[in-house]
Amino acid sequence: MTNSSLTTITAKPVPEETQSCWSCGTMRAVHFCQACGKVQPPSPVDYFTFFGLPRKLNLDLAALEKDFYELSRKLHPDLNARAGSREQEWSLQQSSLLNDAHRTLKDPIKRTQYLLQLEGVELEEQSKTATEQARSTGQIKKQIVPPDLLEEVFELNMQLEELRMHKKMGEDDPALIEEIGRQKLALDGKQESLLRELEYDWKMWDGMIQREHNGQPVSEEERKQERDKMVDLLNRRNYIRNLVRDVDEALEN
Amino acid sequence: MHHGFCNRQITQSLNRTMASDRIVGIDLGTTNSLVAFMQGESPVVIPGDDGSNLVPSVVALDENNQPIIGNPARKHLTETPERAVYSIKRLMGRGVEDIQEELKFFPFRLAEDLHPGEVLRIKLGDKTFTPPEISALILRQLKRNAERFFAAPVTKAVITVPAYFNDAQRQATKDAGRIAGLDVLRLVNEPTAASLAYGLDKKQNGIVAVYDLGGGTFDISILKLHDGIFEVIATNGDTHLGGDDIDNLLIAIALDDTLGDLGLDLRNKDLRGNAGAVQAIRNAVIEAKIALSSQPSAKLDIELPGGKRYLREITREQFEQLIQPVIDRTVGPCKQALKDAGLKPEQIDEVVLVGGSTRIPKVRALVKELFQRVPHTDLNPDEVVALGAAVQANILGGGSEATENMLLLDVTPLSLGIEVAGGVTDKIILRNSTIPASATQHYTTQVDGQANVAIHVLQGERELARDCRSLARFDLKGIPPMAAGMARIEVRFLIDANGILNVSAREQRSGKEAEIQVQPSYGLTDEQVEGMILDSFDNAEEDFRGRQVIEARTEAATILAALDKGKKSPAWGHLTTDEKKKIAKMEKALIAVKAEEDYQAIRKAIYALNQGTTRLAELMMDSAVSVALKGKTMDEADMGEGPTAPHPMAKAEFE
Repeated sequence: MTNSSLTTITAKPVPEETQSCWSCGTMRAVHFCQACGKVQPPSPVDYFTFFGLPRKLNLDLAALEKDFYELSRKLHPDLNARAGSREQEWSLQQSSLLNDAHRTLKDPIKRTQYLLQLEGVELEEQSKTATEQARSTGQIKKQIVPPDLLEEVFELNMQLEELRMHKKMGEDDPALIEEIGRQKLALDGKQESLLRELEYDWKMWDGMIQREHNGQPVSEEERKQERDKMVDLLNRRNYIRNLVRDVDEALEN
Repeated sequence: MHHGFCNRQITQSLNRTMASDRIVGIDLGTTNSLVAFMQGESPVVIPGDDGSNLVPSVVALDENNQPIIGNPARKHLTETPERAVYSIKRLMGRGVEDIQEELKFFPFRLAEDLHPGEVLRIKLGDKTFTPPEISALILRQLKRNAERFFAAPVTKAVITVPAYFNDAQRQATKDAGRIAGLDVLRLVNEPTAASLAYGLDKKQNGIVAVYDLGGGTFDISILKLHDGIFEVIATNGDTHLGGDDIDNLLIAIALDDTLGDLGLDLRNKDLRGNAGAVQAIRNAVIEAKIALSSQPSAKLDIELPGGKRYLREITREQFEQLIQPVIDRTVGPCKQALKDAGLKPEQIDEVVLVGGSTRIPKVRALVKELFQRVPHTDLNPDEVVALGAAVQANILGGGSEATENMLLLDVTPLSLGIEVAGGVTDKIILRNSTIPASATQHYTTQVDGQANVAIHVLQGERELARDCRSLARFDLKGIPPMAAGMARIEVRFLIDANGILNVSAREQRSGKEAEIQVQPSYGLTDEQVEGMILDSFDNAEEDFRGRQVIEARTEAATILAALDKGKKSPAWGHLTTDEKKKIAKMEKALIAVKAEEDYQAIRKAIYALNQGTTRLAELMMDSAVSVALKGKTMDEADMGEGPTAPHPMAKAEFE
């Protein structure tokens, strides 16, 4: 388990750590002064750095939450309501950064996506240009169907189409609904197993980061390989998630 | 030189320090409004001059176009309905196009020249008011109640809003505060405020659901209470669902009855007396509704125009059947909130009921079934939100022993999105995100030299932009001339701790701050609000006078209290009968003018009594009792805690 706390040494030390508090002049922590408790101006750091964490994917969620609460008690605007307007503004910026970082890091998928983004990967999901291009040209966004799902997806889409037709005619087909429900359960199971696969990839990634931290060289090739595995997993997962959403919609309407 | 009993400087400076620290908590409700503050370690409601804790959210104009607020305004609903308004909260932050349903059931009289997208204006007599202005009149009444209570000005407040209020509704509430002359330090969600009052009391960790069904709004919030942190996990609701809807069902039945049985078409608004009759029916059905929470049946007996009477008995069974569809509308939001929180009903440790409508047994039964437990009903559902607002006010003011370690982490109830090509909403901050929360988006230009980019900001959960609530259109201006696609404009959307959106933008290549022009879809501009501020110019004189009266009365009270103590001191016995008589006369005079509005007369009487008691003060200074008080005036001596009379324990101070 990764040890998560504010004192964890990051791969690259944050220069702000060595600055002194603007108010009392004492050396300060990243977000607030440890001597006088005053909120410090925000620095543009990534979410991992904000929590003093290395860019690893296995996270001690309990420790993250504890840090989140502790930092909230220092940074939240409610507790800085009597400070000067400059400090109030810093408090607002700092606590929104804290909340954004916590929200992203506590969720396994968001955390992975965020890390990949930091690594320069533009995930298909987040590629707005691709989406907008598809919309403006009227084409359906190209989605790569994972090969191992091809057959099932084809069948499920047929059934969904059938269900929508039935609904339009005002007919009921309990057998079909039951069959689709069964397929949905299978998809849910698949999502679960993808998450477990992802967790395995995290381990590989974290091991690589640790080696790098220990001073061993990590080739760009290896880094890319680890990244690509996760990108592939996330794409598959997104695909299934969209499918589940379609099924839910079809069953609800 | 002796000062007599009165030390003006001390009184005034005391008033000043207390005023700057005093932040009140306000529940601006659909039906009733309240103001509360933290007295010592527990929150208390400040009553109005009629002694009632609740100020009905009713505003009327009298024949001289002077606003009347609260209980005195209620009779105007039936007597001069065209000059009175209630449930104005339903119209806050809304446009004419989205209140058509409301207009069917509420006697709101809109200004004739309203255009879609414009802030609503309501007619009272022949004057028009925007909803924030009407709310401001209610807020000002609460402010005055608090000022009378403290005998000092009140300028800072925490105001509660339904958790499910959108940006426009929140902004409208903040505007109302500003118009009323209040610095609104924080908008707090009503169920969250209630949880603060509950948590202050219970001091327990666990998962709490707050089911808040009020006069016009419904909220459900699920919170995690954890060592003083009140963390909202999920919230949901309906800003147009509440006791009003139940009243309207009962009114509709009565109106159908009177039309069918008596041939009286009370829905015809053009007929004189109809509006008043509908209000009389409304009052009667509300009374019946309340009675049905404790009785098996209730009777309606209403006098109608033309001397006819409308009589009807409603059994609780009929009532419950009738309201079932209304209260069933709370089920969906509860289930969604549970789902969003990732919790099952059995994982909730306690369900807290808030809002007057939760007194209805059928509502309690529904909650019990939904959450599979008996809800907590120890708190007064009418007052708990205001009490919680007072707790939050205390936290913002620096906290006290009772609120030490307490911190509220609330969420945004609705997703924030921007419109992208094809009229689709691209969500950038999801609902139930802890606030403050932010998101950054990048934009570029489509044509060479393009200087402006338009952004349409939306709030809501739907796929298509047209199904979401339009918050505002932002125009990014002053982008330096560049080839198409070269500009890189970073726009930061930030939802602050009030749940209100702030936007800033920067062109990254040039580093230039882009200018943002905001066109709120349903709001007042800053200039409009400035122009509406109550007591601004025309009322400044009256306000000053009011403050002077308050101050003079406080001083009068101080000197009268000091005199009372003086009478009990041995020094009193050294005065001649004549001196005593003179003092008694001046005391009587001061008591008499103190009740009046003339601050100069009060001051004069204070001065007279002060002069007249100089010898008494001197005697007291010299007497044995005053030895310990040497060098102080009587008034200063009174500033200390506890009794000033000789006390056996007084000197017993051990190191």
